[in-house]
Amino acid sequence: MRLPHAARALRAALLFSAAALAPASAFAWPEWMRLPEQASTYAPEIDNMFHLIMWITGVIFVIVELLLVFFLWKYRHREGRVATYTHGNNRLEVIWTILPALICVMLALLSRRIWEQIKEKMPHDAVEVHVTGEQFAWNFRYPGPDGKFETADDILTLNQLHFPVGKPVIVTLTSKDVIHSFFLPEFRVKQDAVPGMKTRIWFQGNRVGQWEIACAELCGLGHFRMKGFVTVDTPADYEKWLADQAAQQAADAPKAAEAPAPPAAAPVAAPGKTEAEKGGSS
Amino acid sequence: MSTVAVPREAPHHAGVHAAPTSFIRKYVFSLDHKVIGKQYLFYALFMLVIGGLLATLVRYQLAWPGRPLPFMGKIAPDGMPGGVMLPEYYNSLFTMHATIMIFFAIMPILIGAFGNFVVPIQIGARDMAFPKLNMMSFWVAVPAAVVIIWSFFVTGGAAAGGWTSYAPLSAIQPRGQTLWLISLLILGLSSLLTAVNFLTTIINMRAPGMTFFRMPLTTWALFITALLLLLALPVLSAALIMLLFDRTLGTTFFLPAGLIVSGQPWTNAGGGQVLLWQHLFWFFGHPEVYIMILPAMGITSEILPVFARKPIFGYRAMAYSMCGIAGLGFIVWGHHMFQSGMNPILGTTFMISTMVIAVPSAIKTFNWLGTLWGGDIHFATPMLHALTFVAMFVIGGLSGVFMASTPVDIFIHDTYFIVGHIHYVLFGGSLFGAFAGLYFWYPKMFGRLMNERWGRIHWFLTFVTFNLVFFPMHFLGMRGMPRRIYDYTQYKHLHGLQGMNQMMTISLFVLGASQLILVLNFFLSMRRGAVAGPNPWHANTLEWQTASPPPHENFTGRIPTVYRGPYEYSVPGHGADFLPQNEPGGPAPARAHA
Amino acid sequence: MRQRVVFLIFGTLTSLALLACGGKKDEDALMEEETAKTSTSAAAPAAPAAASAAAPAAAPATGGATVTGKVAFDGTAPTEPAIKMDADAYCKSQHATPVYEQEVVVNPNKTLQWVLVYVKEGVNGSYPAPTAAVELNQQGCQYHPHVFGIQTGQPLKVVNSDGTLHNIHALPKKNAEFNIGQPFKGMETVKKFDNPETGLRFKCDVHKWMGAYCGVFNHPFFAVTNDQGAFEIKNLPPGNYVIEAWHEKYGTQTQNVTITGSEAKTVDFSFKG
Repeated sequence: MRLPHAARALRAALLFSAAALAPASAFAWPEWMRLPEQASTYAPEIDNMFHLIMWITGVIFVIVELLLVFFLWKYRHREGRVATYTHGNNRLEVIWTILPALICVMLALLSRRIWEQIKEKMPHDAVEVHVTGEQFAWNFRYPGPDGKFETADDILTLNQLHFPVGKPVIVTLTSKDVIHSFFLPEFRVKQDAVPGMKTRIWFQGNRVGQWEIACAELCGLGHFRMKGFVTVDTPADYEKWLADQAAQQAADAPKAAEAPAPPAAAPVAAPGKTEAEKGGSS
Repeated sequence: MSTVAVPREAPHHAGVHAAPTSFIRKYVFSLDHKVIGKQYLFYALFMLVIGGLLATLVRYQLAWPGRPLPFMGKIAPDGMPGGVMLPEYYNSLFTMHATIMIFFAIMPILIGAFGNFVVPIQIGARDMAFPKLNMMSFWVAVPAAVVIIWSFFVTGGAAAGGWTSYAPLSAIQPRGQTLWLISLLILGLSSLLTAVNFLTTIINMRAPGMTFFRMPLTTWALFITALLLLLALPVLSAALIMLLFDRTLGTTFFLPAGLIVSGQPWTNAGGGQVLLWQHLFWFFGHPEVYIMILPAMGITSEILPVFARKPIFGYRAMAYSMCGIAGLGFIVWGHHMFQSGMNPILGTTFMISTMVIAVPSAIKTFNWLGTLWGGDIHFATPMLHALTFVAMFVIGGLSGVFMASTPVDIFIHDTYFIVGHIHYVLFGGSLFGAFAGLYFWYPKMFGRLMNERWGRIHWFLTFVTFNLVFFPMHFLGMRGMPRRIYDYTQYKHLHGLQGMNQMMTISLFVLGASQLILVLNFFLSMRRGAVAGPNPWHANTLEWQTASPPPHENFTGRIPTVYRGPYEYSVPGHGADFLPQNEPGGPAPARAHA
Repeated sequence: MRQRVVFLIFGTLTSLALLACGGKKDEDALMEEETAKTSTSAAAPAAPAAASAAAPAAAPATGGATVTGKVAFDGTAPTEPAIKMDADAYCKSQHATPVYEQEVVVNPNKTLQWVLVYVKEGVNGSYPAPTAAVELNQQGCQYHPHVFGIQTGQPLKVVNSDGTLHNIHALPKKNAEFNIGQPFKGMETVKKFDNPETGLRFKCDVHKWMGAYCGVFNHPFFAVTNDQGAFEIKNLPPGNYVIEAWHEKYGTQTQNVTITGSEAKTVDFSFKG
């Protein structure tokens, strides 16, 4: 009974110290040594883990390299120096087997918890978006007013992902052709979009703003240019954006007009304008 | 054949073949492991230069995206019209850089060159167990290199799917990818033959008294490496054949139904599993990482005691940790696939096994430190490179902990953090290990010492510029710069990274130029170097107890008998500070440790 | 003896490997005779020929008849969807007003633009390819022109006038496929086609709305309808011809025409919406 308690306390202490050290160091360090802005709710947790590992490995690194340099200096060849004849020390071997093992297991346990929250558990009451990667663009599909996917009133956008702040988003990823990877650096989101598979991930924006989506898995000559845009809106802006998209789509495809019109039809992209642009052909 | 496995009691009969007389049989189609080792050395160094030049082009593009290189417009008019690099050519460049460095430079130099040259002499054998197989291994590797270089000149250019060649991209790429597959299949055959040869040789042909726990650690490392090759390579070959069939015969191992490529349904699709390629590839790929680092670890473990004049610290721990790496190396492949869509619960499993495999590496590092402790350290060039191996491997190993942690890997996966990590392991580790081995065994190979001063200058420049090129990659990764990216400047979050990239590229130019020192030193020392004599480093292992270069069949007269372990330096009560393995008498025999 | 056997195996292996790849090479040669020449902007001051007028210039065809006509459109013009230019910030910045797809472009006079009209059958003799290049311009994340004709062996110059990556991906059925990235403004790629085919599609995978079509002919008798729905094929020598009109959505229509001298013929088509 005491062990889990102690473990929890240890975990809390470790993560807290990492969290405390990270911002402190962020002020001192130039931008290029820092992780990007934290725009999702779980970004701080991932960053704390990163910083915890950075501190642990950093300390080990400094100790090992200092010892190395110290030994090289102290035991450098001089006239008359004789090396110590020894084949090793079993106690030391045991210590430096168990110590790294303990550190690694501890890191694994701490990581497992965050990993489980991010990738294994899905939130309820989330905005659902289907994302399909293709060479070299991101297709986004929103369920539209009827709340169902793969129906006539689905809202389709290209390289434009919008979602409301403060509400989890569940993204279902797939790909038409090759593997892509859906990478939102500021959200600490990365998941491969695999053809023939559907992968669900979630994230939640913690601030309003606009960022970019990158493709992180080599997908061909346009890989570097497979850039999308992610916009986190206030709930009201998000609703308006959805309505605008629905209206635009209705204007583009009159055949889909029987689908229920979006509430509060948007003023932009009236059909008349469409005709005018095209030279009033009909 | 006269070269079947023979009982250990009569090892001097094994591998015996008459000394060749004609030029062709002596230097081209030679059966002598020493000549084959040198052939591999030249092969690997040549490919190292090519791989390095490709890297230079990649880094040029990263430092100055789109800036023309007019002379390249003439060399590669399709890929760099007017000197401006096209994205598909960039993809080819980094794909071929990695492929050539991994399969055609690092593996041949560590296993083919040093393994071939050193192992039979170190264990007191007259040659490899199967000299003809050995010759064939090398001459099969040659067409593989020809095919891979040739692939640059076919329509559509060389393979551009990354060295990992993830399907289905690799299934729909232009035909350079087919040549890539053929080349690696041929090379796989070569490596497999080598592995069989090493295992047989080491198991059957050790000199009298050379028990497993008296073997030098280089031989130990190559033994484990050969075992890994034997078990891992067939899986890669199977995957390569499956992909080749997908591309040419219409199978769909890796092609699921409903693929739409460039707006058109891909005709040859259905029933395949995309992740299967990654599982097969990384089942080979992770042992492959150890295949490339273990020999370098062995070389380092060989060199540190010689120049610290002190027995290796924890000999058995060193050997056991290599065995541990070999075993665990087969159950960690999934850590390359945390974000691939593999079940996240499996991710946790692989994270735990990955964290565990860090332990043997840590043991080795601490033992190297223990070896230095209390030593009488001489800073000759082999030692400088071996010490750099230790220092750099620490960085490469520790940065691995970041990506082993599944949540952290979400962010740094497929970023430059990974590129930094792999270069600290493969350049900072394997290549510095190879340099150490080169300076160390050069006198044994060519009978003369390499120039010490220029060796130090080469080491210093390489060490400094290496860190300037590769350490900043960790920062690029922390900023979220994806790897394999042609032009990062168009991402908002990557603005402001160009200066750092330029610094890295300029450092790489210096790094590349410094290698000219090595090349010159290498060739000039063959004629002008100081005559080495049999044992210039006063080392204990058997290869130093014969002439430099060793005669045909390695030892004149009888095969030496081994009386003790390989690292008996500064034995109290013994006159000299080294005690060769084959010297009878002497103070009390080495106490087996642990 | 045994060594010789080893050498034999060796040689066989090597030659097999070479053969395997050699086979590929032959295939290369067969499929891709096209001499792809690519250059950056500064070079090649070739006169940018508008597609509809591209071919005849250098052809030896002089005299003969002139075939003109219109392609009418019968029915209600379908609404073309607006292009989602916001997929790329650069593309969006190039257009102040919405831009629409060009699949069916009905002119105000109820004619159809972007119809490729050409002589399908009846051409005798050979017509050397003009040296002047046909230019396919990528501007504002659209292809200009949307439909064009080109002669076999005539250079096609693909120009990127946009400050963003376009990849010019040709999807031919009878010629060699190519897929070339043009990451920077002002880049040019010159390609040639060797075999006649119609409906050869170009697309950009980065901006998937971008599509262009081309017909490859071994003669210069083709034209594309303009914003009046009109076309003009010049210098057609005497003979019996089958004239075909091709539209990317509505398919093809043919008409027979007989030329006797240097008369002016009118051939009109009509597509039903």
